[in-house]
Amino acid sequence: MAMDNSTGYSGVVNSGDLPDKPAPIKTDGVGPWIRDNLFNGAFNSILTISSLLLVLYTLPSALNWLIFNAVWTGGSDACRANPDGACWTFVTSRWEQFLYGFYEKSERWRIDILLVILAVGIAWLAWERTPGKKLMAFFMLVIYPIFAFFMMYGNEAMGLPIVETPQWGGFTLTLVIALSGIVASLPIGIVLALGRRSEMRIISLLCTIFIEFWRGIPLVAVLFMATIMFPLFLPAGVTFDQLLRAVIGVALFASAYMAEVVRGGLQAIPKGQYEGAMALGLPFWKMMRLIILPQALKIVIPGIVNTFIGLFKDTTLVLIIALFDLLGIVQASIADPNWSIKSVPYTGYAFVAIVFWICCYSMALYSRYIEDKLHTGHKR
Amino acid sequence: MANNNSSSAASAAPKASFWRDPDKRAIIYQVAVVAVLAWFVYAIINNTATNMEQRGLASGFGFLSTSAGFGIISTPFVEYSEESSYFTVFLVGLVNTIIMAFIGCVLALILGFIVGIARLSSNWLVKKIATFYIELFRNVPLLLQILFWYSAVLKPLPGPRELHEAGEKVFFSINNRGLIFAEPVGQPGFENVWYAFFAAIIVTWVIKKWAAIRQMKTGQQFPVFLTGLVLIIGAPLVTYLVMGRPLNFEPAEMSRFSLRGGVTVIPEFVALLLALVVYTASFIAEIVRAGIQAVSHGQTEAASALGIKPTHRMRLVVVPQAMRVIVPPLTSQFLNLTKNSSLATAIAYPDLFSVFAGTTLNQTGQAVEIMAMTLAVYLTLSLLTSGFMNWYNSRIKLVER
Repeated sequence: MAMDNSTGYSGVVNSGDLPDKPAPIKTDGVGPWIRDNLFNGAFNSILTISSLLLVLYTLPSALNWLIFNAVWTGGSDACRANPDGACWTFVTSRWEQFLYGFYEKSERWRIDILLVILAVGIAWLAWERTPGKKLMAFFMLVIYPIFAFFMMYGNEAMGLPIVETPQWGGFTLTLVIALSGIVASLPIGIVLALGRRSEMRIISLLCTIFIEFWRGIPLVAVLFMATIMFPLFLPAGVTFDQLLRAVIGVALFASAYMAEVVRGGLQAIPKGQYEGAMALGLPFWKMMRLIILPQALKIVIPGIVNTFIGLFKDTTLVLIIALFDLLGIVQASIADPNWSIKSVPYTGYAFVAIVFWICCYSMALYSRYIEDKLHTGHKR
Repeated sequence: MANNNSSSAASAAPKASFWRDPDKRAIIYQVAVVAVLAWFVYAIINNTATNMEQRGLASGFGFLSTSAGFGIISTPFVEYSEESSYFTVFLVGLVNTIIMAFIGCVLALILGFIVGIARLSSNWLVKKIATFYIELFRNVPLLLQILFWYSAVLKPLPGPRELHEAGEKVFFSINNRGLIFAEPVGQPGFENVWYAFFAAIIVTWVIKKWAAIRQMKTGQQFPVFLTGLVLIIGAPLVTYLVMGRPLNFEPAEMSRFSLRGGVTVIPEFVALLLALVVYTASFIAEIVRAGIQAVSHGQTEAASALGIKPTHRMRLVVVPQAMRVIVPPLTSQFLNLTKNSSLATAIAYPDLFSVFAGTTLNQTGQAVEIMAMTLAVYLTLSLLTSGFMNWYNSRIKLVER
């Protein structure tokens, strides 16, 4: 065995102090953080510098346009004078139309009440510690839609003048279509999911065909069918409302997606739960209602929320069949000759984008929060 | 007594009351469902027939051979003029839809992968930009994005007359008529470049097989990727130079009002493609991120313990496992992109929906036939895409004992 004597020491025992080692690299503080997270290596440095340039190039001009250079007060003349900033007065002067559409001015309090109940109901259901969730869910899913219909449409017997559906519009219409789509698609989706997993061959086959058909065609096609084909399918002389037809189309479309989400939940429930319920002698519907569905629906809440986000964004498609949802009404307002200013279309689109973004992003955050809560596996 | 009871129960079981026998009940339910459905379908067919008769519409596909009489702004691969039949319109729409879906899927996949990996980058700034991109585009409706790209970005661009003088030769131009560039025209001898290209692909494939066999036998590795890259780029390039550069770029020429010649990509195509790619890529990025994160840490740690280099660790250990998680949701994103391409109708890009279920339907009124054909196309495209992805998925899936 060769000993290494090159260091000049004669044995294993040092005769004096060893030379000082360099201090370990600092790992806390701003400087080291920048080094570790932004400039660790040549490739990352190039990446950092180029993305920094990208940010510096886009962010200030975007902020300037949106906020600092934008027109916040005045009329269309102020916007015409300042073409390099967003024209928010376009939105502030028309926000009522964007929210209510062409709904009768004197009757808009009805929508206000509905919106307040909706906000309270959603907050109640989304917040963890509120009591009486089941009752509230029943109220929001069953009673509220019926109540909302009578409030929106009106009823002579209740003393509410009728407001025809072509007058509905704006963000209200977006909510009407999205919410009725989701409320209708949940029960239909559950039934379809159960049907697809059923042991009755024909029923399972029919449900599968139904689901795959609706999932295979674009929503635009569904809306086209709702406007063009539904009237052909009905007995001569029977007509029904354009909006109702669109809502039916959207609900059927959404229920196919909902069915797949629910099926995922049903498949995730261990077989022992089914067997346990059967061993207790529970008949099918009781087993589903008391044992399986409460568990299955709980784990697919993120999926349901995601379906809803998709549906919510897709409501903008009704613009193609000439219903004026939020995007439709903004699109129509942009064409107003009084507001034919260069910055107005950008402002209109930015406004719609911000509204949708806030709604969808908050729903996405909620869905992620639930996902994290349900995620019991260990993380690193 | 107990004995007697149980035996009677056992013998009575098959004789349970008719309504309590699950098998018989199942039959009754199914017969009932089929009967209701049959009645429903019959009613619909009956009503439709009556309604169409009342409106004086002839049923059948005879209308397909009548002349369409309207122009279409972009008709790649299909000969089309205003005298062409409605069936040609259908073909034009179909080709446009397929082109859009195919290019869109490829680009969305590339962009999505880049953003998804950027989202997991160790670089803080890159990670934040990727997150911002995903959260911004995922939560804004697609239709809004299409309208934005089309009417807020591309349409306000200056027109060709403001950009070019009459008689000017233009090699590349972006204006409100779209993307216009010089048309590459192959001269005699150019076909050899193609031959070289295909030959290089075949040779690369052979080298790959040979390298795999050699590695199995001797354990020696061969730089297949590098060789292939050099071959596939180099061989056509060398041929091109040897043949004396047999490719001319014929520029567009500015006439008094517009650009003539060259290749034009219409703004409708650009807007729809941009919106579809940017929107779908934000979803694909999340799928890629989730897929890579789904690979257990133990796998990366084990790979490191075996001394596998970080780049190889990603390519040989993490990505193959992540692909199994990625492929199924990726399939549904491709399907979504294909279906969403029907939003073309909002900006009048001549896809199947816009020219066939839109213009043709308005002109002929043959709602049932046209919708049936359109839906059949979308369902077939869905089936084909998911069939291909299922095949790919079964190829990469874990081989279990």
